[in-house]
Amino acid sequence: MSLVRPFDKLPTLNSAAILLVGTDESQQQQLAEAILKEKKNFKINIHVATSLPLPAERDHIRPRIDLIAFMINMQSKHSLRNVEASLSHMDANFFLGKVCFLITGVGRMNHCSVEMNAVRKLGNLYCSPVLFCELDSEGIRVATAQRLLRMLQICAGHMPGVSALFFSSLMKSSIDE
Amino acid sequence: MEKRSSLFHGLPFPTTPVLEPPSCCYSGWRENVDPQKIAFLLRKQWTLYSVTPMYKFSYGNLKEYSRLLSAFVAAEKQKGLAVEVGNDLGIKVTLSTLLGLKGTDQDQVAVLVQIASRSQLPFENAENKVVWSGWFCCISGDDLLESVPEDFTCLSLFLANGAESYTAIVGSWFQKTFDCYFSRLTISPLNLAWMAAMWTGCKVDSHMAATELVFSVPCIPQSLDISYAIHSEDAKALWDTVQKTPGEVTQEEVNLFMDCLYSHFHRHFKIHLSATRLVKVSTSIASAHCDGNIKVLD
Repeated sequence: MSLVRPFDKLPTLNSAAILLVGTDESQQQQLAEAILKEKKNFKINIHVATSLPLPAERDHIRPRIDLIAFMINMQSKHSLRNVEASLSHMDANFFLGKVCFLITGVGRMNHCSVEMNAVRKLGNLYCSPVLFCELDSEGIRVATAQRLLRMLQICAGHMPGVSALFFSSLMKSSIDE
Repeated sequence: MEKRSSLFHGLPFPTTPVLEPPSCCYSGWRENVDPQKIAFLLRKQWTLYSVTPMYKFSYGNLKEYSRLLSAFVAAEKQKGLAVEVGNDLGIKVTLSTLLGLKGTDQDQVAVLVQIASRSQLPFENAENKVVWSGWFCCISGDDLLESVPEDFTCLSLFLANGAESYTAIVGSWFQKTFDCYFSRLTISPLNLAWMAAMWTGCKVDSHMAATELVFSVPCIPQSLDISYAIHSEDAKALWDTVQKTPGEVTQEEVNLFMDCLYSHFHRHFKIHLSATRLVKVSTSIASAHCDGNIKVLD
């Protein structure tokens, strides 16, 4: 089993790869399809996994992963535990803006098994943006796909002058300092 | 570390209340409670409603309210029926206060509403039989009480037992008279987990029934419920090892307690209960369902 590292492979020209990690495979599929439908001018590879670490056998054919999106369903504590376990199998360099958390299922408060604070603490601990999205709804799925695409472009270095490190400044709330 | 102890926040919105049955292990409760008077609250299924603060509700006018509500209930019940003049349906409504059901001194006194109906048969000298009960209370609602303006009474939790039609009639009378609003209270899985942990920790003198948790499995076409029953002593032993300070419950402790139960289940059945939704908790003290029904047994 290998650690996923952000900089151990050479980037491919005009392409980027995103990895979606989460327990709900059908949701991952839907989000992946939404991302593929978006208009873009670079080649995109979407990898899906239920947990990390990724199997070592296919490591040599895997492209460099530019962005990892962890999907947590607030209605399932299992998805949170799965993500927490996966986070320990990652190289620390990923947390410089190449990781984000997608939280779904908050809309139905009465079905939530995960506390909001647990999710916020996760975001703070790993210095990564936490995006709340109801992936069951078509419109929000499309919007999330667009956001991820934008983030992916930046993480893959396609935007001159903008680096993934800037994402942490977006997360500072105006209340702190 | 987040702490939540001995909670019965009757907060209507925006936060969801965390509930606790009246007779639990916290000694402050037992001071003013006369067991006889509230014994009738036990072993009944109560449906929960959240009530907004009531305008110009006065404890001194309870008799007047009883009279008005009786007339209203009788009128509603007779709607659409051809009734002879002077025929008394025999419905009597009483409003009274329930002492002792308070968390702190600032809480308002609980109010009990009962509908009793007399038997229609002329030769039976039957006493009034209670056909419907409902009670309002507000327990440890300190945060809310501070911000409530002068003329408002904050009795934010309403529990009803009996026919739904009576609940609707009584509810609409209160809504019209005191400009408040009733809404069904549902209990989230997070709060149910809290209840499971808190109730397991309570000491029960009489016979201990098994602790049962019911989970609903999502994302499959036919609904499937998984029922997980644990011996009360085992559950209590587990909770005792998890809880650090008696009388205080933290979110981490509740999580740990539930995780232990889930991993035990997973070891035996290879099913991740944490991916399902907790819908019902029942212990020897009380049981609660996510639709907002609770039953207190002890």
